[in-house]
Amino acid sequence: MAGRLEKEAVTRRDFLGLAGLWSAFLAILISTIGMLRLPRPRVSPEASSIFRVGKPTDFPPGTTKDIPDRKVRIVATNEGIGALSLVCTHLGCIVRDTGEGFTCPCHGSKFDRIGNVIGGPAPRSLKWLAVSQAPDGTILVDNARETKQAEFYRV
Amino acid sequence: MPSSENNSFWGNIKAMPLNFYNSFIRHGAPTSDRTRSQAVFSNFFLHIHSTRVHPNSLRLTATWGLGVSLISQFIILTITGILLMVYYVPSLDLAYDSIKDLHYVVPAGRLIRNAHRWAAHMMVLFVFLHMARVFYTSSYKSPREFNWLLGIVLFVLTLALSLTGYFLPWDQLGYWALLIVANILGSANELIHALGLPQVFHKLGNFPKELFLGSSEVGQDALIRFYMLHVMLFPILISMAIGVHIWRIRKDGGLGRPEGTPVAAGKGVGTMSPEPVPPEKAPSKTYGLMAVIKGKTSHTGLNPDETVSSWPYLLRAELLIFMINMLICLALAMISDAPLKGPANPLLPENPAKAPWYFLGVQELLSYSAFVGGTVVPGIALIGLALVPFLDRENEPAGVWFSGSEGKRITLWSMAFAAVAAVLTVAIPVNFGWLREWFPHINQLFIIAFNPGSILAAIYAAWSIIVMRKTGSSRMGALALFSCFLIGFTILTYVGTFLRGPNWGFYWSTHDWPAH
Repeated sequence: MAGRLEKEAVTRRDFLGLAGLWSAFLAILISTIGMLRLPRPRVSPEASSIFRVGKPTDFPPGTTKDIPDRKVRIVATNEGIGALSLVCTHLGCIVRDTGEGFTCPCHGSKFDRIGNVIGGPAPRSLKWLAVSQAPDGTILVDNARETKQAEFYRV
Repeated sequence: MPSSENNSFWGNIKAMPLNFYNSFIRHGAPTSDRTRSQAVFSNFFLHIHSTRVHPNSLRLTATWGLGVSLISQFIILTITGILLMVYYVPSLDLAYDSIKDLHYVVPAGRLIRNAHRWAAHMMVLFVFLHMARVFYTSSYKSPREFNWLLGIVLFVLTLALSLTGYFLPWDQLGYWALLIVANILGSANELIHALGLPQVFHKLGNFPKELFLGSSEVGQDALIRFYMLHVMLFPILISMAIGVHIWRIRKDGGLGRPEGTPVAAGKGVGTMSPEPVPPEKAPSKTYGLMAVIKGKTSHTGLNPDETVSSWPYLLRAELLIFMINMLICLALAMISDAPLKGPANPLLPENPAKAPWYFLGVQELLSYSAFVGGTVVPGIALIGLALVPFLDRENEPAGVWFSGSEGKRITLWSMAFAAVAAVLTVAIPVNFGWLREWFPHINQLFIIAFNPGSILAAIYAAWSIIVMRKTGSSRMGALALFSCFLIGFTILTYVGTFLRGPNWGFYWSTHDWPAH
């Protein structure tokens, strides 16, 4: 039949066999991709990242108030109101106030009063979160939006 | 085959017990070599064994029965696990209470939970021991490379099962371990932030974490995921991998053993077999085994007359090991209760918050850099382990511990070297601090690149390369590297377990911990 150097024509039987094999492969591949989409929900189930912390009058300048549920410390100064996240930037534990600063109980990161890293494995300073005000005057903090360090919102 | 004599209905009923027995056991009592072989060969559950086994494989020092121990522990875990599932509820509100019920209310619940926990710890420990045994007796070498890889897969699956189980009680212990693991998965952000890449990359860095938790926070979605992984996906995967692992032992040349003619019973260390009968005549028959085997004889045909029947010698050794494991596990379960801390409180971390013991070595590295300690160094170690049989291609007989006296010497020296290096890795930062303490404004990239964890890994790699150069042997280099990592892991685990207290501070004893 065909010489050694000539390409052999694909027979009908081979063609059908290969087509079957490839279509099975593609079907499995595509359905696997479809299934892999399942574990990541389109809408995240947690509560909104923006939350109310209280009236401006609740935070007289020079005081701090912790919102434990949201792992945030509200810092009120003459410049305004700021929100310091108490979540360690290393692996997400809650830092503790030691008087001079904060330490993390999990791996011993140390931070100063405004959240700068002064020791331990934390890769960066504690986050400061965006503060805003609702139309009714309530102070809002957004857990998902970071601002510059020690930035205060003027009420 | 017996049936009734005259095929009468009454005769059928009389013959029923025997006919029933014969319908599922197709051979006589295992009294001759032939029926003993059949007992193993024609039984679904036993046929993973070869019908005959070399007495050297039965010697305790050949394998220490570690693989069979792991199977025993897996069986204990499966049975106790199913029993625990009767009461456990994977819900944030009920998980903790259901474990508490198991512990205080359910009959035998405490014992079963304790046994489950102890068998899990034993399984992790024995995976390490088994891996060390296989490594030090060069049992990973050709043609067993693929089985070594499967062993690595089983190692990872064992850790994954153990870890997902750790989360399920939803107590303080599990919750904070989970939070830490979740953030390790997001720790690529450490690098992304240090490089100053834009916000889009942070989303990418968070992706594995969010996939793991099903949310960006630890909550119900995470718990149900771990439950599914722990009781369904991982057990299925590990069962399949165990099956293939055992099957490959058979296909790759049988149980590990030292070469040579077996020693008579009683003289060898812990041998459980009788004196082998010397062959009267070597087999003259040639086999054409279904065109599967290269050459004319099968592997098992090489020394057919030195082997002994698996039934009963191998099976009774396995049973003994199973009983020993049951004994240890039950004794531990009666002596020591599985811990259950307070209910998970997302607002108040445990202090110190520690992962399960086998991750404390990694946690010790984490306390220098989350990204390097939690992903890079363990990842390199795993890849290194997986590559061992492909980098060390020296042909030598399997079954000899440390490949002889030179290997023994190198192993000891490497262990000593590794111990000193690991102790210094802990001691220097504890006493003198690290880059951040010396240069407060140092760029995070330096710390990611040069931290005690990454330096220790580099030192170990350098040591083994030096050993390989000096000896001109890749096996010696592999021995050095494996010994280094084994000892380094052990020491870091010890430090993380016993010498780390509140705020991950260094304490010689728990009595020195500050009261809080």
